[in-house]
Amino acid sequence: MSKVERKVRLIQGNEAIAAGAVYAGAGFYAGYPITPSSEIMNDAARLMPRVGGIFVQMEDEIGSIAAVVGASLGGAKAFTATSGPGFSLMQENLGVAVMGEVPCVLINVQRSGPSTGLATKPGQADIMQVRWGRHGDQTIIALCPGSVPECFLLTVKAFNLSEKFRVPVVLVTDEVIAHARQNFAIPEPGEIPLVERKSPAGPPEKYRPFDAEEDGVAPLAAYGGEYVFHISSSMHGPDGYSNNNPDNAIWRIKQLHEKIEMHRDEIVMTNTYDTDDMDVLLVACGATTGASRAAALEARRNGIRAGVLHLVTIWPFPDREVKELAGRVKKVVVPEMNYAGQVAGEVQKVIGPDTELTRVNKYNGQIITPRDILEVL
Amino acid sequence: MLQKTGEKYLKEGVLPHMWCSGCGIGVMLGALLRSFEELGYAKNEVVVVTGIGCTGKADDYLVTNALHTTHGRALAFATGIKAVRPELKIVALMGDGDSVTIGGNHFIHAARRNIDVTAIVNNNFNYGMTGGQASGTTPGGKLSSTTLYGNPEDDFDISALACTAGANYVARTTIAHGWEMQQLIKEALTKKGFSLVEVLSPCPTNYGKRNKMGEPLDMLRWLRKNCVPSDAYAKLGEAEKEGSFIIGKLCERDKPDFNTRYAEIQEKAMSV
Ligand SMILES: Cc1ncc(C[n+]2csc(CCOP(=O)(O)OP(=O)(O)O)c2C)c(N)n1
Ligand code: SF4
Repeated sequence: MSKVERKVRLIQGNEAIAAGAVYAGAGFYAGYPITPSSEIMNDAARLMPRVGGIFVQMEDEIGSIAAVVGASLGGAKAFTATSGPGFSLMQENLGVAVMGEVPCVLINVQRSGPSTGLATKPGQADIMQVRWGRHGDQTIIALCPGSVPECFLLTVKAFNLSEKFRVPVVLVTDEVIAHARQNFAIPEPGEIPLVERKSPAGPPEKYRPFDAEEDGVAPLAAYGGEYVFHISSSMHGPDGYSNNNPDNAIWRIKQLHEKIEMHRDEIVMTNTYDTDDMDVLLVACGATTGASRAAALEARRNGIRAGVLHLVTIWPFPDREVKELAGRVKKVVVPEMNYAGQVAGEVQKVIGPDTELTRVNKYNGQIITPRDILEVL
Repeated sequence: MLQKTGEKYLKEGVLPHMWCSGCGIGVMLGALLRSFEELGYAKNEVVVVTGIGCTGKADDYLVTNALHTTHGRALAFATGIKAVRPELKIVALMGDGDSVTIGGNHFIHAARRNIDVTAIVNNNFNYGMTGGQASGTTPGGKLSSTTLYGNPEDDFDISALACTAGANYVARTTIAHGWEMQQLIKEALTKKGFSLVEVLSPCPTNYGKRNKMGEPLDMLRWLRKNCVPSDAYAKLGEAEKEGSFIIGKLCERDKPDFNTRYAEIQEKAMSV
């Protein structure tokens, strides 16, 4: 038994995210309220000044993510939270964070769309937007908690990955997880290791903010220290200044991708439940994780050996993990709260066009239930 | 006394610059860099945040800290930097399209929030970089590549906008008033809270050519003639006031800036 008497309490998904950000050492939040993410903002407003951090309610989401990028370059761990319409507004400046390799965490609590949609209801239709929402060649990391405790743990993880790889990390949740309440004991300080971005160490006059080291990542200084530096949304050389040379563009675009590809196995996380002897594989993320697990357990009672793969990391997509497990079963099922089957499409890509895939799609603003899934098992 | 040139903030080997001959941006930048030097700013205590446009290209010539952002959003990025690094001098360099057209929302809110950032706006009455389209500052009736028959909309008064929105310091000047421009920029830089210097500036390639304002030199003469201090402006007839600009310091207050007020919030929050 752990020596620390941890205080278990009932905590909401959004609340767990804000608490996770504080645990991770966040010192700046900028945002604009939107359902179903607003509790994160309200908590940030309450908590940031208490830990010496700063909270700014910006004029819109475009400005929110911009301020987050600015604060991060000032040396703070910075985050924002939003949902559908706000996430759309953030895309351009999220691209600046990709291009400028600026660590930051963005929480997108998915709601039912399109457009204003069913503003208070859950959806999972931003999976592709998370990956491809910004113009141009770019890549990011996205994590997808399946429970309230994971909201906390993956927020900390999101900051850690973001700091380590100088890349924005999107925590993709949904209205169900955001407003669910579960028992959770906030870990004690030090229980989960925290990662800080690499700082430059050499002589200031030699510092170039995009000189990647062997791990594919360049150290990042903070404005105001002894290292003077340029960060640019325009195509730039290792020194951060504009550079129109085609060879430079190749180097740059490759580097943005390669630093993620190089560390793919460290970034891609999955959970499996009852997969050892399964005949049917359920592939889930976010709110469908709980429903899938319940459906799988019920199926087993009826003699169908079902197992669940929870895609904890949704981008980069856990292709090898999906392929390995899908190769062992007779049937693959992907339940998700969207019409088009955004996750199913990725799974299909991995298992090939000739392997049959069973889709469960719900897009009426209501959660996928275990019964919805059981129907196809 | 040796004249300050501001050269120490200029990147070596990048001149000649990309701006057209007769463009005002370089003149404005020169005044900013001389101001830095006269105020004794170290390169690492300044962050120049730029938007997108001909004006937004300025960071490429600088060896201070810089952040080149997106069209219209420079002030929002600057807000984040300032919030966490109160000790730094943050300058947002923007065109008129950048600052008050696409970026108008950030502009008024940065002023209202009274974030301690100095906004320097190069107002050349049109979108220079994209080929002289109308901006929120193109006066009614004037020509641009998107108002070929005259602008059906009226223009923003950038300075009045900042002043109304709550800026602590607002001044308008022109690149034809070199010495005054520099004094005003210095004042803005040292003023705590949101400060704006609107710099009227020629874009001979687009706005000047379309509106038949003559050679670059004629545009400078136009600026000298039509931009006058407030007392001289008051004496103008109604017809002359039309198309003239008041220059000089236009508004000054001493409200506590965002960081000062937020420090009080932190204190309160920590005590509950
Ligand atoms: C979101 C977005 N829309 C449009 C553009 C294209 N664009 C680049 S610069 C510019 C206008 C620049 O005008 P202004 O801000 O007045 O600066 P100037 O070039 O006159 O200095 C536009 C529309 C862009 N870069 N980003
Ligand atoms: S197009 Fe106009 S604003 Fe742009 S560099 Fe030329 S003169 Fe200056």
